[in-house]
Amino acid sequence: MNFDLSEENKILAEQARSLLAEHATYDRLRALIGQDAEWDEALWRALAEMGFLGARIPEEYGGLGLSDLDLGVISEALGRANAAVPFVSSIVGVADALALAGSDEQKLKWLPKLASGEVIGCFAYGEGKHGWRPKPSGVRFDGGALRGAKSPVADAGIADILVVLCDHEGAPNLAILEMDQANITRQKRRAFDQLRGHYEIRFDGAQAELLAHATPDLIDRLFDRIAVQQAFENVGAAEACIHMARDYTMERKIFGRSLASYQAIKHKLADCLLQTEFARSNTFYAGWVASDAPEQLPVAAAAARLSALRAFEGAARENLQLHGGIGYTFEANCHFYYRRERLNALSLGPKQYWADRLIQNMPDEQGEAD
Amino acid sequence: MDFKDSLDEEKFRQEARAWLAENAPAHELPAGKKLDDAEEVTRGRAWQRAIYGGGFAGITLPKEIGGRGGTIIEQVIFSEEEARYKLPKGPYIGIGLGMALPVIGKHGTPEQIGRFADATLTGDLTWCQLFSEPAAGSDLAAVRTKAVRDGDHWEVNGQKVWSSWAHHSDWGILVVRTDPTVVKHKGLTFFVLDMKSPGVDVRPIRQISGASDFNETFLTDVRIPDSCRIGAVGEGWSCCMTVLMGERLGQGNPGLLRKLARYAEDTPRASGTALDEPAIRLALADAMADERAERFFQARLRTMVSRGENPGALAAMVKLAYASRLQQSAGLAMEIRGSDALAPAAEDADTYDIWEDYIWSTAMRIAGGADEVLRNQIAERVLNMPGEMRADKDIPFNELK
Repeated sequence: MNFDLSEENKILAEQARSLLAEHATYDRLRALIGQDAEWDEALWRALAEMGFLGARIPEEYGGLGLSDLDLGVISEALGRANAAVPFVSSIVGVADALALAGSDEQKLKWLPKLASGEVIGCFAYGEGKHGWRPKPSGVRFDGGALRGAKSPVADAGIADILVVLCDHEGAPNLAILEMDQANITRQKRRAFDQLRGHYEIRFDGAQAELLAHATPDLIDRLFDRIAVQQAFENVGAAEACIHMARDYTMERKIFGRSLASYQAIKHKLADCLLQTEFARSNTFYAGWVASDAPEQLPVAAAAARLSALRAFEGAARENLQLHGGIGYTFEANCHFYYRRERLNALSLGPKQYWADRLIQNMPDEQGEAD
Repeated sequence: MDFKDSLDEEKFRQEARAWLAENAPAHELPAGKKLDDAEEVTRGRAWQRAIYGGGFAGITLPKEIGGRGGTIIEQVIFSEEEARYKLPKGPYIGIGLGMALPVIGKHGTPEQIGRFADATLTGDLTWCQLFSEPAAGSDLAAVRTKAVRDGDHWEVNGQKVWSSWAHHSDWGILVVRTDPTVVKHKGLTFFVLDMKSPGVDVRPIRQISGASDFNETFLTDVRIPDSCRIGAVGEGWSCCMTVLMGERLGQGNPGLLRKLARYAEDTPRASGTALDEPAIRLALADAMADERAERFFQARLRTMVSRGENPGALAAMVKLAYASRLQQSAGLAMEIRGSDALAPAAEDADTYDIWEDYIWSTAMRIAGGADEVLRNQIAERVLNMPGEMRADKDIPFNELK
């Protein structure tokens, strides 16, 4: 038994971390918000150049063919930096949907361009007040055309292609289509996370095709796999919040001593750290499972999601709280995470879905690694 | 990362499994019946003797003191395989192997090792821990029990508390104050004490559970030969640290939540069962996620230990999380069942077990490092935050107010 990242994982993590430390500074995030920018395009190019976008995409389709755990350490670094890039949409979502469900032709057409960053994908599943995955979907695929509306769709403003969760002959399915056509309209919405654009998209007979092998089970698995990568992101972000709060409270003096020397502060951060390290354990395990023991994926993914979100929620809130008034200013860096946490908490379905998934798939006996 | 056994680990598991299949069934405890304490200790000694005979006693203890010299992973594998049977395992065996022998092995003389190591590994000697006192729990270095040298003996007076199973222990590990004129950590010395010595008075404590696992131990003019001193005079605190290192890398209680889900399923509601209720599913799923996280976190720590790294205060997280989760889960279980859990039918053994968990969990949050102490350790040693202000810093013990 060995529960640790491999040397290769660690090298990749360090590369990702140092690239982001250089390119994705908090001042950069502030500037992007100031410009009302859709994304950090320069960072995206840098990620592409390092091969990070294609990390998990198979080699025959232009990627590096690395594991889920490898992609996970990149997700973790992106979460830590609160990066303003469509990684979850284009790579974790659309590229994986293609890799899992696409025909060879569909993969050949899109995966190399997604890996190189030349094409950006977004994944449209939510339908307004009807929730993240209404059954049946209000978006119908019929005779090569798509009709209906999706919202909110993250990163749709910069996307070249979309994968759309839709209904086809009474069952959920996945359609793929190009954004640049007349019968698609997209309308930008004011988004809670200021670093990721969100849109409403209407399809009025848009030309689309189905991914060749999308089944309801496969769609569930796709969401499990997205949840695993987002758990990595949440763990990275939670850790960043804890360190930010620790550093600030160590520096800040109050009643003649450092704020960090108060037990009320220490105990909060100790609890946040415990939650984060436990979440990291579930997340590493889920990353390993995604490649090496896929039969355990539903439980491992749900557990990773529940614990990583809980850790991020606590850390994002306490980080701002422990900064006091300065934390409420735009000049401090707490608010990036305070908003991002809500994006990650709400965008991939409610807690109830993941709780049910965990309980329904819980093995009866100790059928898993100890 | 790999959760499968390595070839060596798989070989060890097969060996342990085969040996247990042959030897464990004869030692299993009767189901659904609590033995009296003396009987349980007798059975516990016999099982430990069998383990010794099989070559599995003290798996992680060095060969020089009679252990197997194996890895912590092997210890985990053996415990996993052993847990398939209902065997008499208690603190009376665990304290000897996990606390007394590591400290004797590290700080003791060759004569002391010769005298105690084999006798403990074979289950001939059972041990209790005489550390805490009424005014020294979390602040262990504040112990007042004192030992005064008298030729080749020490005369000990004082009171110890929370000594598990002391009433059925042959020997105790004891920390006492031998020099009150220096700061508190420096005036301590470590001994092993024959519990049959004159002046040792063990009185059971009536606990909130109704049981009496713990004792108060009064020491009145107890004479301990200097040959039972472990380590140098004044080295007691460092001996205590060796002991406590072993206390935190324990095992959780896997499967508790799966049991809880079945319990919810066994609780009818107007339609369906309690397991169909969204609020209960949310709470259960959170607890299950925690249980799994704790298991994998322990796996991370074991990986560190197996490479010779010291997990330090990270180990405190396991205990901090486990105790609270046990309390929350047992509390939740009672709520799932509702008012019937207040006075269940006599045959409802599950609910009575949950009572025990709920009551015991509150001791877990205090014993072996209280929640608050562990949070300080995590903040200070993992996050490098400032230490607590210590009003007794640099002041000799006998000048403290």
